[in-house]
Amino acid sequence: MSEHRSGRVLPFPEAARAALADTQLRHNLGHATHAIRAKRAAVVSEVPDWEELREAGRALKERVLRHLGQHLVQLEASVTRAGGVVHWARDAEECNRIIGDLVAAHGADEVVKAKSLTTEETGLNEALADRGIRAWETDLAQLIIQLSDDSPSHILVPAIHKNREQIRALFVRTLEDAPADLSDDPRELAETARLHLRKLFLGARVGISGVNFAVADTGTVSVVESEGNARMCTTLPEVLISVMGIEKVIPTWEDLEVYLQLLPRSSTAERMNPYTSLWTGVTDGDGPRAFHLVLVDNGRIEVLADEIGREALYCIRCSACLNVCPVYERTGGHAYGSTYPGPIGAILTPMLSGMSEAGSLPYASSLCGACYEVCPVKINIPQVLVHLRHREVQASTQARGVRERLSPEHAAMHGMARVFASRRLYEAAQKAGRVAQRPLVRDGNIRRLPGPLGGWTAARDLPPVPPQSFRDWWRERS
Amino acid sequence: MVDDVRLPAPTSPSRVSLFITCFNDTMFPQTGRAVVTVLERLGVAVDFPLEQTCCGQMHFNTGYADETIPLVRRFAEVFADAEVVVSPSASCVAMVRDYYPRVAELSGDAGLAREVQALRPRVLELSELLLDRLGVEDVGAYFPRRVTYHPTCHGLRMLEVGDRPLRLLRAVRGIDLVELPEAEQCCGFGGTFAIKNADTSIAMVSDKVRTILDTGAEVCAAADNSCLMHIGGALSRQRAGVRTMHLAEILARTKEDAAA
Repeated sequence: MSEHRSGRVLPFPEAARAALADTQLRHNLGHATHAIRAKRAAVVSEVPDWEELREAGRALKERVLRHLGQHLVQLEASVTRAGGVVHWARDAEECNRIIGDLVAAHGADEVVKAKSLTTEETGLNEALADRGIRAWETDLAQLIIQLSDDSPSHILVPAIHKNREQIRALFVRTLEDAPADLSDDPRELAETARLHLRKLFLGARVGISGVNFAVADTGTVSVVESEGNARMCTTLPEVLISVMGIEKVIPTWEDLEVYLQLLPRSSTAERMNPYTSLWTGVTDGDGPRAFHLVLVDNGRIEVLADEIGREALYCIRCSACLNVCPVYERTGGHAYGSTYPGPIGAILTPMLSGMSEAGSLPYASSLCGACYEVCPVKINIPQVLVHLRHREVQASTQARGVRERLSPEHAAMHGMARVFASRRLYEAAQKAGRVAQRPLVRDGNIRRLPGPLGGWTAARDLPPVPPQSFRDWWRERS
Repeated sequence: MVDDVRLPAPTSPSRVSLFITCFNDTMFPQTGRAVVTVLERLGVAVDFPLEQTCCGQMHFNTGYADETIPLVRRFAEVFADAEVVVSPSASCVAMVRDYYPRVAELSGDAGLAREVQALRPRVLELSELLLDRLGVEDVGAYFPRRVTYHPTCHGLRMLEVGDRPLRLLRAVRGIDLVELPEAEQCCGFGGTFAIKNADTSIAMVSDKVRTILDTGAEVCAAADNSCLMHIGGALSRQRAGVRTMHLAEILARTKEDAAA
């Protein structure tokens, strides 16, 4: 899957092929993922009760999702009591319409945005542009993505696929205030972005933010970040619109304690993130004068209905699974063609947008389990991947009927299942294999296989089936 | 991991049933012969039920869970009376221990679910049997070669065999065991992943081969022949001059073999 902005979504294997050939991308990603991996392992090992924290993080999410409706209604009451307005959006279209209407009602034609993956998922910026509203991304990496008309390739480090020379060239080309002799020194680059963003912050009347956690019993909303730009977004404009997936609610203030330990160490490998913003409704003389909270379903309730798949909703968007994933490390995020790349994207995207849209994603994993090992809320990603593969096989069998059953893979799997169901057929197949391979064996090796199996021999030899099976040897000796 | 598997108390079984796996039976019979050699050397009687075929891992992991149900049923029947089942494949043992309950649940057959629950703690990977049940670290092997060890993902993260295979290898006489850099990185096999996502899989095995070559080892060992077939296939294609060997085959070697 790739380039969801171009409209056509490529299956993962095809998109990955192009990404694998991009040496700059491979270098940038390899460097970045290895660095963050080591740092994460170091800061996690400092916490003696890390495993207990993970258990707590998971248990809390389990409980929240069991009574999700209750917590959301409580959140709405708390936010309303604190002077905010809560909006419920069934899907992307409704979410974008609600936000567009709010912006228009305040007479703004420009908004500043920060830290919202959910609006990336709903395609808010494009929807606003259609109504003549310009949305400015203010998170530095998001800004880089927006200026280069690209899409994010990482949950937390959206521009992980770009290096500083690429960013320098981009700024010189797209930012009016960028000095012509701008160097690729990170400090100079950040300063250039800062000057650009300050003007936007001071001029914008409406800010839009994401939400990391929303506390049901107090109505408090929280965003964690490294740069402080989200804090500008949430405090300077007169109107603040925060957008959250419905699974982001937590019951009480105390529950933040668990996640504010798990999240920074898992994501940026920091003991604590530099900026943790928490606000409750509106306060006279401080911050925005109007606060809107948009609760977005967009497929989440259906995910909740899937008993195995629902744990994907525990995700706190730390991106540790991306950083350790051997597939993500090599293909990068664009190959997944989804807002959520990497292992979590491979389970979340097909469930949110439908198997027909993203049916190749559950197969974009070797099931190595590195993601499950680091997940701060213990999402068993490999188990969900396998479950979604089953759903995909069932869905394509239902949709394509006999044609699917006749596909090489389905026919092979079915045939082998029949062979394995009978000792006689199994032993006959072992013998048949030895005969059938003869034309393929050269100098004791199989160097070329036909059809779909050719993917193996593109870079790997295959040993031939030896003359005597183990069972033949066993029978011979006894 | 579906949930914790409590392994039985460390009492030496007098007889173990070998689950060779369809893959080893057909492609790597020498691994099965080696398991028999090691166990008999330790005085353990080995039983091999001929009705066994496949655990269903490939079907289940590729999304064919419905086709896996009869294979689970077959496995449960074949090994119902076994005191201990041993297998030289970490991923097949992980299939039985971690995913059989899920398949049984899908089947809607409560009887099968009970059989599976009763059986799964008795199914052990070779290094678990040797260390945890037989209490042996030194199996009397001799193998004077430079060897590096690749911990396969399912052994490492599903079974959590930890350093058991390494402890067995360290006790081998004459061995020059060298650490594999970035050992815990997946080799890129992943069953049908190697074919469905061949390009990504190749990118992964290329890095694995590079780290193996960096060790200067003559042999790359592991406790799962599926990963070894993948790594070995890439080594062979590159004419790297390094071979792969299952852990059991190293443990089976003795001074007499070396002399022969």
